[in-house]
Amino acid sequence: MAALIELADVYKIYDMGAEKVHALNGIDLLIDRGEYVAIMGASGSGKSTLMNLLGCLDTPTSGNYRLNGVAVEELDDSQLAAIRNKEIGFVFQTFNLLPRTDALHNVELPLIYAGMPRRERRERASQALERVGLADRMHHNPNELSGGQRQRVAIARALVNDPSLLLADEPTGNLDSATSVEIMELFNQLHAGGNTVVLVTHEPEIAQHAWRRVNLRDGMVLSDLPTEQGGGPKAAAMVGATSETSAVDPAATTDAGAR
Amino acid sequence: MVVLENLRIALAALRANGMRSLLTTLGIIIGVAAVVAVVSVVQGLQHLATDVFEGVGANFLHVEVNQDRPRGPGLIAKQVKLTAEDAQAVREQVPGIRFFTRIAAGSAQVKYGERRHQPGSVMGVDEAYQDVMNHAVERGRFLSRLDLENHRKVAVIGPKIVDKLKLGRQPLGKEIYVGNLPVTVVGVMETKGEQLGTDLDDRVFLPFGTALELFGRAAADRVEIDVQAATTAQVDAVRDAIRRLLRRRHRLAAGRADDFRVIVQDELLKQITGFLSGVTAVVGGVVAISLIVGGIGIMNVMLVSVTERTREIGVRKAVGARRRDILLQFLIEAVALSLAGGVVGLALGYGLGALVVAVVPAHLPPAHVPLWAIALAFGFSAAVGIFFGIYPAGKAARLDPIEALRYE
Repeated sequence: MAALIELADVYKIYDMGAEKVHALNGIDLLIDRGEYVAIMGASGSGKSTLMNLLGCLDTPTSGNYRLNGVAVEELDDSQLAAIRNKEIGFVFQTFNLLPRTDALHNVELPLIYAGMPRRERRERASQALERVGLADRMHHNPNELSGGQRQRVAIARALVNDPSLLLADEPTGNLDSATSVEIMELFNQLHAGGNTVVLVTHEPEIAQHAWRRVNLRDGMVLSDLPTEQGGGPKAAAMVGATSETSAVDPAATTDAGAR
Repeated sequence: MVVLENLRIALAALRANGMRSLLTTLGIIIGVAAVVAVVSVVQGLQHLATDVFEGVGANFLHVEVNQDRPRGPGLIAKQVKLTAEDAQAVREQVPGIRFFTRIAAGSAQVKYGERRHQPGSVMGVDEAYQDVMNHAVERGRFLSRLDLENHRKVAVIGPKIVDKLKLGRQPLGKEIYVGNLPVTVVGVMETKGEQLGTDLDDRVFLPFGTALELFGRAAADRVEIDVQAATTAQVDAVRDAIRRLLRRRHRLAAGRADDFRVIVQDELLKQITGFLSGVTAVVGGVVAISLIVGGIGIMNVMLVSVTERTREIGVRKAVGARRRDILLQFLIEAVALSLAGGVVGLALGYGLGALVVAVVPAHLPPAHVPLWAIALAFGFSAAVGIFFGIYPAGKAARLDPIEALRYE
C-alpha cells in the first residue's frame, strides 16, 4: 500500500516581481499512515509553506504531491476544499475558532461542509468534544474558555470528520508550558489511537513528542531521523535540531521515509 | 440544506451586529415603506374612483360650462353661459339620449320650525334625475313632470336633511323652508354616503323651475346637463352631437375652443387613473433611487463584514468550505439584510398608509395594499440584496485561504 503522503521533488516558488522566492526547493518526503512526524526549521526554512502544501491549502509550483493516492497538484479549487474537508484536520497556533459561536457549533463546522444532516452532526461533534475532555463545555463560546480548552475545541474540530491526517501548526505556540504539556499529551494519545499526526514547530521540546523529525532549511530537507520516541538516539536528535549543517544524505531521507 | 445552514449563519451574523444591520437596512426600509404607503393610498383612491363611476354607469355624460377658459389681458371676460335653453335644445335635438336632466345647483339654508341647516347643495333638477344618476327615492316619490311643469313648491330631500331638521319618522308632507321658499317634502332619497368628499345624502332637490325662482334668473345661464346615452356604443356619438349643437348655439367660429365641456364618465375615469398612475410612477422613481442608495449601504457594510471576517473565511475554507459555499453565505447574508429591510418597510408603509387615511380629513377609502405591491417590495429588496451583495460575496469567496488565515 502506498504511503499516506508522497512528495516527490516538490518546488514552491513565489514570484515577487523583482525576484523569485524559492520557498520549497525540491522536497522529497514520504509519510506513512499512523506516523507521528515533527517538521522543524527556523522561520524562512519553508516549514509553513510545506504545511500549507500538505494541508492542500496550496499546490506546488512543480513536483508531485499524492495524498492518499490522489494527485493533489491536479485538483481544482473545490476539489481541494473537499480534500481538506475529508482528509485533513487543521490545528492552528491561534486556535482559529469562530467567535460568538459555541464549542459544539465550531466543531460541527467541517461536517456542515461535508453536507451531514444536523442531528448526526450534533452527535458526531459532541462525541469529538468528549474525546478531548470538553463534554461539559459544549455550549461555551470561545471567549468563555481558557487557551488550553480552546485548543482542545480546535483539536475536536480537526478530528470530527475522521481525517487521514492531523496537521498541527505550532499548536502550543500561544499556550503556557503546563498547558502545552497537556495538549501534547492529547496529541500523543491521538497518535497512539492510530491517527497520523504532523506537527510543525520550531520548539525542540515540542518536537520530541513526535517519533520522527524532519528538519528543513532553505526549502530543503536537512535531516529526517527518528526521535528518541521513535527509537533513535537522543543525542543525535538534539544535535540534528541545532548544529548539524552538513548536507543531508539523500539515502537516509529515503530510508526514513520508506520505513 | 446548505442554504438553510447558510441562512442560519447569516441571521446569527446579523443579530451579532444588530445596530449596524438596522442602520444599513434603513435605506431599504424607507424605500419600501414609501412605495407601500403611496401604493396603498393610491390604490384605495383608484378603487373609490372606480366605485363612484361604476355607480353612474358607462353611459353617463356630463355637460358644464368650461370654467378654466383662458382669458387674455385686456380682454373683457365674456360671461360664459350654458343656459336652460341650451339644455332644452340638447334634449330635443340630440338623438340617442335615454335619460336627461338639467341641474341648477346653488345653496340655501333649510328650516323646519326653529331648526336650521345648511345643506351641501340645493339642486333644481328634472324628473329623470334619479335615472340619470342612478340614485333612487326611498320613501315617497321623486319629482314628477307635473311638479316641473307647474313649478310646484315641493322638494325631495336626502336622509341627512331629515336628521338635521329632525323631521322624525314621517317627514313626507311636512312643510320646510328652502331659503325663503316654503316647500312640501314629497320624498326622501336612499342613503348613498360620501363620494370623493361630497356627502350625497346632504342634498335638497327641487323642480328645475322652482329652483330658478329661488336662485333667480342668473342661475338659468349656468346650468349643468347630465345625460344617459341609450347604449354605451352611442356615448361618443351623443358627445359629438352635443358639441356640434352647443358650438352652433354659442356661435363659436371654427378654431375657437369650446366654452363648455362634455365629460364622458369613461374619460374621467381614465383621467383620474392616469393621474394616479403618474403619482405612482414618480414615487416609484424616488423609491428606485432610495433602493439603490440602500443597496450601496448594504454593499458597504458587507465589504466591511468580509474584511472583519477574513479570518473566519480562512477557517471555513481550511475545514472544507468551497468558493461557492462562501459566496452563498455572504450573498444570503446580504439578501437577508435587505429582505429584513423589506419586511420592516412593508409593515411601516402599511401603517403609514393607514395613518394617512385616518388623519386626512377628506374621507379617503381604507388603505389597500395589493398583492403585487407586496411581491414588488420583496422582489425589489431581494434583487437589491443580490445585486449589491454579489461583489462583496465574490470578494470573500476568492480570498486565498492561506492569506485569510494569516490576516490580523
